Amino acid sequence: MPLTKVTEGARAILRSIEGGRELRGRLAALGLLPGTELEVIQNSGHGPFVVAVKGSRIVIGRGMASRIAVE
Amino acid sequence: MTKTADKVFTVAVAGNPNAGKTTIFNNLTGARQRVGNYPGVTVEWKEGTVKRGDFSLKLVDLPGTYSLTAFSEEELVARDYLLNHAPDVVIDVVDASNLERNLFLTTELLEIGCPVIVVLNMADMARDRGLKIDIPALSARLGVPVVPAIGNRGEGMNEIIEAVANLMASNVSLPGAADVCRESGPSQASLSGVSVAASRTRVNYGPEVESLISRIEGMMPEAPHRRWQALKLIESDAKVLESVTVPGTREAIAGLTAEFAATSNDETDILLARLRYEFIGEICADVCRQPLTTKVTTSDKIDKVAMHPVWGVPIFLTMMYLVFTITFSLGNPLMDVIDKGVVWLSGTILNLWPADSATHLKSLLVDGIIGGVGGVIVFLPNIVLLFMAIAVLEGTGYMARAAFVMDRFMSKVGLHGKSFIPLLIGFGCTVPAIMATRTLETRRDRLITMMVLPLMSCGARLPIYALMIPAFFAPKWQGPMLWLIYVMGILLALGGAMFLRSTLFKGETTPFLMELPPYRMPTAGSLLVQMWTRAWLYVKKAGTVILGAAIILWFLTYYPKPPADYLPPADFDQTSVAAVVPFSEITSPDEKQAAELSYSVAGRVGRLMEPAIRPLGFDWRIGTALVGATAAKEVFVAQMGIVFAVGEADETSDHLRQRLRNRYSPLVGLCIMLFALISTPCIATFAITRQEAGSVRWALAQSFGLTGLAWIITFIIYQGGVLLKWGVA
Repeated sequence: MPLTKVTEGARAILRSIEGGRELRGRLAALGLLPGTELEVIQNSGHGPFVVAVKGSRIVIGRGMASRIAVE
Repeated sequence: MTKTADKVFTVAVAGNPNAGKTTIFNNLTGARQRVGNYPGVTVEWKEGTVKRGDFSLKLVDLPGTYSLTAFSEEELVARDYLLNHAPDVVIDVVDASNLERNLFLTTELLEIGCPVIVVLNMADMARDRGLKIDIPALSARLGVPVVPAIGNRGEGMNEIIEAVANLMASNVSLPGAADVCRESGPSQASLSGVSVAASRTRVNYGPEVESLISRIEGMMPEAPHRRWQALKLIESDAKVLESVTVPGTREAIAGLTAEFAATSNDETDILLARLRYEFIGEICADVCRQPLTTKVTTSDKIDKVAMHPVWGVPIFLTMMYLVFTITFSLGNPLMDVIDKGVVWLSGTILNLWPADSATHLKSLLVDGIIGGVGGVIVFLPNIVLLFMAIAVLEGTGYMARAAFVMDRFMSKVGLHGKSFIPLLIGFGCTVPAIMATRTLETRRDRLITMMVLPLMSCGARLPIYALMIPAFFAPKWQGPMLWLIYVMGILLALGGAMFLRSTLFKGETTPFLMELPPYRMPTAGSLLVQMWTRAWLYVKKAGTVILGAAIILWFLTYYPKPPADYLPPADFDQTSVAAVVPFSEITSPDEKQAAELSYSVAGRVGRLMEPAIRPLGFDWRIGTALVGATAAKEVFVAQMGIVFAVGEADETSDHLRQRLRNRYSPLVGLCIMLFALISTPCIATFAITRQEAGSVRWALAQSFGLTGLAWIITFIIYQGGVLLKWGVA
């Protein structure tokens, strides 16, 4: 399912990223790559997302979050 | 190598954004910094020096990056610097409380092959989070020195310099560390046996990838950073592939990597990133003891409020109100002091000559140089305070939250959440606003924001409105008129941003993705250094480009002087139409001045412009005043005073208003204000745009683009108004 469906406070494992090399590269440099565990810190239903990954907080635009598949 | 003989070592400071790199750099160098831009790009470049005993270090602050891919301008700049300038040492500032993610860049630095010193910053914060790091073990695992530091308390700075000195001492017997790095990569350094680099760790990518690396390395024996290049080629990095110029080799390598990519389950870049993280994960597991649960930090608690979907916006607006108040309210008393100083200086110089003498030198000194540069220096308190406020917002970590809160609104017009801050500052003065675009990370966001910024009506345009509005509009319409002008500017700025976003900057989409750093208390020292470097940059600009421009504009409005038989246009003033007399017979000093201006280059340009501005309802007087207004927008008022022969005029001059009313319709009054708002910004803005955008082309595009836009809009409004018979009476 897409990351956008994950509720606040829930944990998920990143499965795949639908996007080009650049998007994958940027996410990977921030510690987000397939197999990584993350926690959704803020998802207010609109606007950008906040996730916790490898001890840091990352803001992800909603459009991008919909292209990230998690489980 | 002379570099080593002089004992000047080049040290590049690298690290993730938010790792405390700026604080460490400021602590190490103090105020001895030079700030500029990397040539041709919008990325800021900083250099500083540290002297210790018999050697000195030239520190170069690389842009903060998470990795050395080539996706952003910052990454490319950092990577090109490391590859082409081959610094003697790279200080890698690592956030200890976020070790795993930060070491990702470290592995890439090690792969490039330059000597690295890891600075483990914010060791205190890591400890507070219950994280213990075994520093000797980390150093052993990475094969590089590791120095703990607490940047915001200035702890560990001597140790960093010592580590650099030790590393240099161990390398001095070599032909120069830089050469090793540049010419042969790490392998030759290991032969010498003395270098710390000899034990430098490399990520083991497993037999399959490693054999591929060896094969690629074998195909380009001459390459300077072979292992790093091989890895980038496997990731199919287009820039690195382009750099392989040997005929046939590029194709062969591309074939090899494509073959490998076909057999791999993952994309190759993801595969390598994962292997790197696995390697880092092993190190972290060995050297860190950390609690398993991610506990809710104080930062998270603050963010519950600061980033609240509802409360976030009013909190942000309050913060912006504070920034604006601090910049302009607190700055204005100081501005008055400087202003008084400038007036005093002009007065003192004027007193050097007999009271009624008019010498060219006097006018050049007082009106040209002091007037021009003084008009710019007067903004210095605003600049200093503004950058203080911005440094606090950035240093505490609130800036990232502001971007988060505003992104919802700003993304609709294709701007970044952080663009809001420069746009707001633009209501005060465009020059600091353009400097404030440095907080934006991408070139696209910076350039779009810079291009539309002059449309946010700055403080210097207010005197124009203050003169024109009461001249043409009844008191009950004066407020709405002013509001209309400002709103018009905002709408044009937002529309302009959308337009640029869908035309010039169409292809370059960067998704909204950023780190939220934990809240921190910035140090006074670091804030002061940031403030000082900005202020100095501004003063230097005022002393060079703006001084030159002020002198040129002075010449344009003062020369050539009319001959005795010059017949000035008799229409300075409708009430004295009959008085067509030669210049020598004019007795009123005001009319004399008006005649002189009409004969000057500016006056001629104004008249030459007349056919072009007539469709806007303007005559040569307005054209002349607009030429003068490029020095500073408020000069328009003084110039109108001169062309209408009313002598010294300011925005409260009723005499001038009377003359304006006699000659122009309210529609023309509105058109003048709109044109002054939209058309080319002042010379100081031009200079700062050229500097910040890294090329004169952007400054020219801004000036001509805005003037074109101003013409079109004023044309539509004037002609529309004439057709509808609105405001023409």
